[in-house]
Amino acid sequence: MKQLITGAEALMRSLEAEGVDVLFGYPGGAIMPTYDALYDHRERLHHILVRHEQGAVHAAQGYARVSGRVGVAIATSGPGAMNTVTGIADAMIDSTPLVVICGQVDAAVMGTDAFQEVDVIGVAQPITKWAYQIRRPQDVAWAVSRAFYIARSGRPGPVVLDFAKNAQTGLVDYEPAHVDFIRSYRPVPVPSDDVIRQAADMINHSQRPLVLVGQGVELGEAQAELQQFLELADLPAACTLLGLSALPSAHRLNMGMLGMHGNLAPNVMTNQCDLLIAVGMRFDDRVTGNVQTYARQAKIIHFDIDPSEINKNISVDLAVVGNCKQTLARVTALLHEARHDEWISAFRPLWDKENERVIRPATQPAEGPLLMGEVVSRVSEATNHQAVLVTDVGQNQMFGCRYFRYSQPRSVVTSGGCGTMGFGLPAAIGATFGAPERTVCLFVGDGGLQMTLQEFGTIMEQHSPVKIILLNNNFLGNVRQWQQMFFHRRYSFTPMLNPDYERIASAYGIPSQTVTERSQLDEAIRRMLATPGPYLLQCGVKEEDNVMPMIPLGASVDEMMLEFKD
Amino acid sequence: METKFYTMLIYSENFAGILNQITAVFTRRQVNIESLNVCASSTPGVHKYTITCNCTEEMAKMLTKQIEKKIDVLQAHYFTDDEIFIMEACLIKLSTPVMMRNAEVSRIVRHHDAHMTEVNPTYCIVEKKGRTDDILSLFEELNSKGAVLQFVRSGRIAVTRSTTERLDQYLEEMEKMRK
Ligand SMILES: Cc1ncc(C[n+]2csc(CCOP(=O)(O)OP(=O)(O)O)c2C)c(N)n1
Repeated sequence: MKQLITGAEALMRSLEAEGVDVLFGYPGGAIMPTYDALYDHRERLHHILVRHEQGAVHAAQGYARVSGRVGVAIATSGPGAMNTVTGIADAMIDSTPLVVICGQVDAAVMGTDAFQEVDVIGVAQPITKWAYQIRRPQDVAWAVSRAFYIARSGRPGPVVLDFAKNAQTGLVDYEPAHVDFIRSYRPVPVPSDDVIRQAADMINHSQRPLVLVGQGVELGEAQAELQQFLELADLPAACTLLGLSALPSAHRLNMGMLGMHGNLAPNVMTNQCDLLIAVGMRFDDRVTGNVQTYARQAKIIHFDIDPSEINKNISVDLAVVGNCKQTLARVTALLHEARHDEWISAFRPLWDKENERVIRPATQPAEGPLLMGEVVSRVSEATNHQAVLVTDVGQNQMFGCRYFRYSQPRSVVTSGGCGTMGFGLPAAIGATFGAPERTVCLFVGDGGLQMTLQEFGTIMEQHSPVKIILLNNNFLGNVRQWQQMFFHRRYSFTPMLNPDYERIASAYGIPSQTVTERSQLDEAIRRMLATPGPYLLQCGVKEEDNVMPMIPLGASVDEMMLEFKD
Repeated sequence: METKFYTMLIYSENFAGILNQITAVFTRRQVNIESLNVCASSTPGVHKYTITCNCTEEMAKMLTKQIEKKIDVLQAHYFTDDEIFIMEACLIKLSTPVMMRNAEVSRIVRHHDAHMTEVNPTYCIVEKKGRTDDILSLFEELNSKGAVLQFVRSGRIAVTRSTTERLDQYLEEMEKMRK
């Protein structure tokens, strides 16, 4: 006999079949049948009630970034769906695998401007890897399986399922589906042996190679393959913002961070190397600075899984299109053992210069107000460089990423391509579910914290062990820095009148402390880490501090400013 | 950089919303679509899009890569006019009284090898297929006589001159990967 179940129940079974264990969501009219089905599955499908749908998506992103699994968010139609848009766009540009399920009005009233009807597919299409409207209960199993396959395979990304109410309530003779092939979609191209040989030849003949490590290495789980590749041919490497933990900070060949606020040595050496080997990165404008003057002297090899990234921003001499876990290993097999002592030692004086003029003053000041850099560096040390770093956007993000150190893969959760303020707090909540055994440290500014502050409620309810380090400078610091540097110090609407964050934390039962004195910092960090569960450590930091060094807009990577004097 | 007239031939699954996704790729990169034709292809379930635009070759490459990246797009390629057979069609509605007054009008129609498919006391319908220039010159000549009531020109359609069928090869290759 046929066993008919509802489309909503079919969704639950399909999610379980995909191995989903956590979902972040918020109910509402058009998704109520799904929430009703969820009630019977709440043991296996652990649902986290967020306080705003934007928080659900960012939490799913945090979960996905640290775990490598697909993050799942649920929202209702109309306003609920629209609140997910920021996170979806963020996940698209940062290649984060997500499945976002939104309720939709009944197919019978679609197009009539029904209550809470929005053209979600129309909105979602340009910011998703795939967006699909489920109009019949028979399509649920197929659509869910296809959604997860697309989200996680190849270059990962967000998928939206727009789930019509009649498809949730309608009955179906459920049969599990398993999509692992789409004839119009080739997630992992495989380069020819010839291309692999050419890449190895170019590397074997290079005197001054430089490897650029991007998030693709983390997404491809190719951290070990990368290290073998680097070590065999003695290749110095530098990481993009999202690639920072793909190679341990302490690795002998790690030359630091690329980009606008990255390290001096790898940026300058980009314009001195004879071979640039980009792995799983997309030559973002924040990495390249002026493209006209970018690595003109060098041959360039680009390893990437996405053919549309090749020659998009920078023309390259050789493209190795595939999964870097395999392509790096194939090239490594053809590499000669080499040493580039002289070339590698040429990074040293630049590092010494940055250390003396920027890093030491930022992380070990002898006097003056507390600095963001020293807080980050002390927290990193106190966690033995083992923690997951989550940041919001702004100076807190740049100081966080620069001065945290990484010893394990998948340790950086930050909004790179989108720069979404408000990302940090919910992403950190998600990270505690994605890596429950790890310490999660969030660095956030007083502006960004207020953008998703309502997620304190989620932390309270879930007792999520997020260590929130609020770097409070009473300014929208990053914008203020640009105003100081490029707009004659005209601080147009960047001073921030702040509430008493400790009282807010206490209202949510989150223990907290405020420090403004250097002498109290270590003890406060120790207490934060020793306290089980969530904690808010508010650091009153220097108000007008600047993130340095910096490649000003339009300048070349080798024109980094070390300090700014106005 | 030199811009040129390119014709893009795109094949996709027959799913809703793909045309939107394809045109959005052009809009986002500020390239105007000159003409567009969508229809079922010779392969069951596969739709074919013929799109023309003016852009640099780099842009044409970028556009086709970005289009091909869409999950349900099978293939996207760009061509110059010498790599394809092309055709357009037009319909012209002419005023019969004007035509009766001016013998030149029917001469123009004959001279351009166009067909008259309907004649009544109020209007005549002329149809013509060919290349853009032929069609435009027919229209302009007739229009200069004040005879045209309505004019419509179709999007370009095109097939490749190549002796191999890329779509078939692609589908064959992909089917081998089906588990
Ligand atoms: C949603 C959103 N709105 C505006 C911005 C522009 N923006 C970038 S950094 C920044 C200031 C951030 O201030 P704060 O959160 O206090 O952090 P700080 O830079 O002081 O560390 C602003 C407004 C943004 N990135 N995202």
